[in-house]
Amino acid sequence: MSPDDEILREFLLETHENLALLDSDLVKLEINPAEKSTLAQVFRTFHSVKGTAGFMGLVKLQEVSHAAENLLSKLRAGEITFNPPIATALLRVVDAIREILSNIESTGVEGSGDYTGVAAEVDRLRQQNVGESKPLPATSAIPAPTLETRIELPPPASTLEISESPSAELEFTFADTPVPSGESAEKVTSHVADAAIRVDVGLLDKLMTLVGELVLARNQILQHSQSHEDSGFLGAVQQLNLLTTELQTSVMKTRMQPIGNVLSKFPRIVRDLSVACGKQVRVEIDGQETELDKTLIEAIRDPLTHLIRNAVDHGIEPPAVRKSHGKPEEGWLKLVAFHEGGKVIVEISDDGGGIDETKVRDKALKANLITAEVADRMSRQDLLRLIFVPGFSTADRVTQFSGRGVGMDVVRTNLERIGGTVDIESTPGQGTTIRTKIPLTLAIIPALIVASGGERYAIPQVNLLELVWLDAEHAQHGIERLHGVPVYRLRGKLLPLVFLDEQLQLATLRKEGDELNIVVLQADERPFGLVVEAIRDTEEIVVKPLQKLFKGISAFAGAAIMGDGRVALVLDPVGLAQRASVISGARGRALGEETAEITTPIESHALLLFAPTAGGRMAVPLADVARLEEFSRSRLESLGERLVVQYRGEILPLLDVSAGLAALAVPPSPCGPGPAALSDLVSVVVYDAGAERIGLIVGAILDIVNDPLAIRALANREGVLFTAVVHDQVTEFLDVAALIEATKPPHLHSVK
Amino acid sequence: MSLPQQFCTFYLAGQCYGLDVLRVQEVVRSQPLTSVPLAHPAVRGLINLRGQIVTAIDLRRRLHLPELAEISEPLNIVLQTDDGAVSLLVDDIGDVLEVSQEQFELPPETLQGAAGEFIQGVYKLSDRLLVILDPERIVAITNQPATKT
Repeated sequence: MSPDDEILREFLLETHENLALLDSDLVKLEINPAEKSTLAQVFRTFHSVKGTAGFMGLVKLQEVSHAAENLLSKLRAGEITFNPPIATALLRVVDAIREILSNIESTGVEGSGDYTGVAAEVDRLRQQNVGESKPLPATSAIPAPTLETRIELPPPASTLEISESPSAELEFTFADTPVPSGESAEKVTSHVADAAIRVDVGLLDKLMTLVGELVLARNQILQHSQSHEDSGFLGAVQQLNLLTTELQTSVMKTRMQPIGNVLSKFPRIVRDLSVACGKQVRVEIDGQETELDKTLIEAIRDPLTHLIRNAVDHGIEPPAVRKSHGKPEEGWLKLVAFHEGGKVIVEISDDGGGIDETKVRDKALKANLITAEVADRMSRQDLLRLIFVPGFSTADRVTQFSGRGVGMDVVRTNLERIGGTVDIESTPGQGTTIRTKIPLTLAIIPALIVASGGERYAIPQVNLLELVWLDAEHAQHGIERLHGVPVYRLRGKLLPLVFLDEQLQLATLRKEGDELNIVVLQADERPFGLVVEAIRDTEEIVVKPLQKLFKGISAFAGAAIMGDGRVALVLDPVGLAQRASVISGARGRALGEETAEITTPIESHALLLFAPTAGGRMAVPLADVARLEEFSRSRLESLGERLVVQYRGEILPLLDVSAGLAALAVPPSPCGPGPAALSDLVSVVVYDAGAERIGLIVGAILDIVNDPLAIRALANREGVLFTAVVHDQVTEFLDVAALIEATKPPHLHSVK
Repeated sequence: MSLPQQFCTFYLAGQCYGLDVLRVQEVVRSQPLTSVPLAHPAVRGLINLRGQIVTAIDLRRRLHLPELAEISEPLNIVLQTDDGAVSLLVDDIGDVLEVSQEQFELPPETLQGAAGEFIQGVYKLSDRLLVILDPERIVAITNQPATKT
């Protein structure tokens, strides 16, 4: 690469960075036109681009940046005041510069675009505002979206001064101490040397790999050192240990970037959208310093951009509509990013019109995404989630900016590709909040290290409320039982206790009368106490996602490599809390020892919701569901007295849930199986029931959901483990083992 | 069926097995293991492979073979999969062998059931039988809490 190419590459990199700053600076100026330091910064950027463009012989680039520089010069001198038309023109210059740089980057030349109109518009605004010449004919300007032009009201302390030949509509403000433009153009503050340098991401990845190798070598030396007694050698090994750990942590941190790198671009996007849509939107951003791995930051850019476009285009109403509803004419859009439970949460909220679930329902029916029967049983939250289903569109009109809302399923797909999730809340007339969760691949979080069953576990400190230690006496008398659930009175409040070794099915080393270590955690706004064998210390960890092999184990949020190079699992407090409370609700054990062995407690918060053929609403744990199938009724066969179907090279026994429940009813239910299904297709849940696999015949599959099962009650009939409120509706949890037992020969009931 | 011609070979309970050499990322000696409670019994735990967390699968358990003597330290064969690297624990490592198609036979029907689903075929070598495993099926473990070994 020649020296000129090197200079050009540096120029491109630097300018791209500066342009990103320009976007937010110009939007800032629109809000606060008198901000002198921002004006100076913007001027310096255009000046720098113009100078380098001249040096490199880039005529078009020089032309547009020169025009912008001249305008900024007048703005800095206070001869004119920053206003929306100026903001629009300058942002168009930024876009032109970007386009030229992009052409140079890909082809080496500036390209065939004609930017004289952009420069002319800037010049026109500069001259018009000082009344130096007549406005140019309208046809010479580039057509712009219709703008509501409002002149900024002057500060009260300033003196208004009318030019010699003013237009009746023009007003402007002079600065208190105007500086001649010729003189100010020469006062350019030199660039402060950057404290940062650019490093190729590939190089960082290689550095990461090398540090990993170093950690491995360090671990081997540590193992060898245990058989040495040379104090000098041991001291050196300890030093190597510390330095290697610190180097590893530092290298991993180099890949972390504040999410503000993505969020800071949105005020510009929102501004352009607002102007084009005829709306007024104020943007608030919080949590820009939240850190995320660089690759993940790139991955979430598009989904977030799409969500924001939708909020401005379809969410926030035009000013007149807002006014008629008693709202401020200016809507707000809020972006919040924060860490929670080992993930990064990004919330996009607006105070627009919200989403009418009735319209969602109607459109889903029209698009044949759901049936009327299913729609009638869906909660409001379930209906809202339909906007993420492919083929759904809720927008009444098509616009060039966010299309027809079709992208919402793309948003969800893109987030799920990186292990993230997306969910939505909305109140008609009040607004919408979309919450995205992004995993912290390579994200570093502080964690508490505990021990149980001979292994260490990490607990994210964000979930930690406090630590409680009970001596032997208090441990013996302080633990009480509330309906079988161990609790501890912590400052007058009942704290449910969860024993980590029990939940993880570890060998219990605890004896009666032992002291207790309780880690008080928060899960879904509810504190509980996690009892562990020992509390070690705190450590900053990098949480890595577990592989698909571990799907369904909700107790773990991921894994991490500890300072000594060994792997530790990262606990998921929410998952643990759900496991514990679900098991206490299970009634499988009451059905006898043999049945209890077959019964699978609901260990996952993921549920499959279905309607039996006789109606109602039931759930089974998703972890036990192998597949969902539909069979033509003609494929069903009888084997002895059982209904079966040939499935994947095997004979799959079938069991109608409603028929099974009827068989268990005491006294026998007179209604029996429900009315025969009208459809020729039979919905079957392929279910792994302990050692055998069966097909559960159901009336309809309703949904797959996650729910903490906070509200639960005892079952009121056989064949049901318990009832709970799932997404605002009472749901029965099916006791599959009981159904299997009740329908085995010779007690088989005919299902036809 | 056109099978790859070069195999990374290893031993379990005295039997010689092979995996497509293109799927094998590396072979690593014994590493410290961290157990994962509630996981499939064939999943022995997680290891740190130069900063990357890799799942270790006990191939003896996966193929329904007897447990390895406690004193022995298994070796790791690291495979590349769609879900990241996965390590297979084996008794010992053999050579990389190049074999010809004429020596190949499909597995006999009697193998179906026990470990048959994992076997792609057998090569009849002059001094032993080389059993070829299907890497996709080996690593396709679903976590079923009620699974019994």
